[in-house]
Amino acid sequence: MARIEFDRIAHAYQPNPERPADYALKEINTVWQDGGAYALLGPSGCGKTTLLNVISGLLRPSRGRVLYDGREVTALPPEKRNIAQVFQFPVLYDTMSVFDNLAFPLKNRGYRRQDAEARVREVAEMLDLTPDLNRKAAGLSADAKQKISLGRGLVRSDVAAVLFDEPLTVIDPHLKWHLRRKLKEVHEQLKLTLIYVTHDQVEALTFAEQVMLMVDGEIVQVGTPQTLFENPTHKFVGYFIGSPGMNFLPCTITGETATVGQTAIAVSPQTASAAATRPGKLELGIRPVHLELHDRAIAGGVPATIKTVEDQGSFKVITTRFEGYTVNIRIPEDHPVPAGRAWLRFPPEHTKLFADERLVG
Amino acid sequence: MEKWEDNRAWFLVLPVFVIVAFSAIIPLMTVVNYSLQDIFGPGNAVFVGTEWYKEMLTDKRLHDALARQFLFSGLVLLIEIPLGILIALAMPKKGWGVSASLVILAIPLLIPWNVIGTIWIIFTRPDIGLFGVGINSLNLLDVPFDHTARPSYAWITLMAMEVWHWTPLVALLCYAGLRAIPEAYYQAAKIDGASKWAVFLYIQLPKMRGVLTIAVLLRWMDSFLIYAEPFALTGGGPGNSTTFLSIYLVKLATGQFDLGPAAAFSLIYFLIVLLFSFIFYQALLNVGKGEKAS
Repeated sequence: MARIEFDRIAHAYQPNPERPADYALKEINTVWQDGGAYALLGPSGCGKTTLLNVISGLLRPSRGRVLYDGREVTALPPEKRNIAQVFQFPVLYDTMSVFDNLAFPLKNRGYRRQDAEARVREVAEMLDLTPDLNRKAAGLSADAKQKISLGRGLVRSDVAAVLFDEPLTVIDPHLKWHLRRKLKEVHEQLKLTLIYVTHDQVEALTFAEQVMLMVDGEIVQVGTPQTLFENPTHKFVGYFIGSPGMNFLPCTITGETATVGQTAIAVSPQTASAAATRPGKLELGIRPVHLELHDRAIAGGVPATIKTVEDQGSFKVITTRFEGYTVNIRIPEDHPVPAGRAWLRFPPEHTKLFADERLVG
Repeated sequence: MEKWEDNRAWFLVLPVFVIVAFSAIIPLMTVVNYSLQDIFGPGNAVFVGTEWYKEMLTDKRLHDALARQFLFSGLVLLIEIPLGILIALAMPKKGWGVSASLVILAIPLLIPWNVIGTIWIIFTRPDIGLFGVGINSLNLLDVPFDHTARPSYAWITLMAMEVWHWTPLVALLCYAGLRAIPEAYYQAAKIDGASKWAVFLYIQLPKMRGVLTIAVLLRWMDSFLIYAEPFALTGGGPGNSTTFLSIYLVKLATGQFDLGPAAAFSLIYFLIVLLFSFIFYQALLNVGKGEKAS
């Protein structure tokens, strides 16, 4: 187990990168603490897998240093780094039994037979693979195969970290939930550092203690799921996390009032004073769940037109038009929905301002 | 979907039946017909039952030819399959080297068989051939190299010809099999700390099983039916040392005009090829297959 650190890591797949767009990873400085459960969240193509491969050593970065517990490992191949990685699709050694598959990483590193066996049995028990240990791996179902891949990742107790590259993509939804919980349990039992790559925010937010949100080869925010939800420091975080994502409305600021189109919306004094000093394009952001919906005019309420109502089971998503912009509101399922015209209230404590896509204040 | 109660679908496969009948079944039945009769001339044939079969099955020359044939095909497989795998593993995986090596490998496969015989005969001739003159000038051999001088010389030339001609096919098949292995397998093996040998044994070889089955079957059948090369080289000599089954069969059928025994021989020959192809196929299919929960 180790603390993993990236020191000004950048990577480009082409040999002579010139523009920033040539880089799959722009300059990244970050730390994964020993024993943490991290999720790397971001849209497809944002560089998550590249970053993971740099951690494991499958990829040597164009620039920067990778440190394990302060020791530089940038030039070391994966087998010298003592790291485990689980891939998107199950990788099995078809001709081996389930037991031998799980024992393979141990065997290659010269573990003693009894130690390896004890460890394999322990991991198999955690992943409910014990009944299958003597079977050939080839004939098993997709989720059993992926459990074996997960098991091979977890079987070494001394690894610096276990990296997961969207490991549950091929798994059925109900088993996904089950395996995710298993992984969480395993993390609690073994105290391994886990880094989990996914583009699924539910997966990231339920699995991880710390979520790192990536976009375009950069980590835009690191924090607990709650921080990312409540205090997105970047417009993309607000937009990507939450369902639906944050509402963004271009605005101007005068005193403690933000003006969207012709309508004034009150913001908190701290936000307003911070925004006054920031140049750049200003936007007001608010979570759909924080917006209040009323059927009559109230103090501080602004008028809007209701366009659609989507019942999503436990909650409803209301799409409204306000000052020419689309604004989503998320309300409990039993909350009445006014017809046609409605009034929205922007609670100042949840109303954020973003200057050039970065949070103000 | 509505299911039709009649069997009209058979009409759709009828053309295939007709073609197969004329190309395979009718000629085969003619051979069966010959194998059961003693033919003295047109319209003058006597039914002899299994006599030709008994004669061929106890024929010493056939036994010798069969033994030679097994030895030859066995050696061919033992050399070509591992060599083909080695070449496939050594081939470049990207860049211009891929096309270059594919073209070079394809060359022997594009040359007509009798031309290959001629090329190698000239190459190994003791008077003008590069190899023949070269090896004899080294004075290492007690009897100078000449295909007709010693059975082993004829065999070496034939094996070289066969290996040169057909190893590329094995290599191409294996290469295709190797290219189909997803990159994640190699990445996982690196993470698991697997040695090169372990990667070969547990990833590459199992993933090549399908193409290797095809390669073994093709090379087995084809080497078992070898005719043009020994015929072009020494016509089955020196002595009978390269008289393989097909050479003996042709001698019997067109040389001595023993159509009855030759027909019986053909059918036995056919059954041997079929039997061994089946055995190889089953063996390779089942190798490393999961035995269910014990």
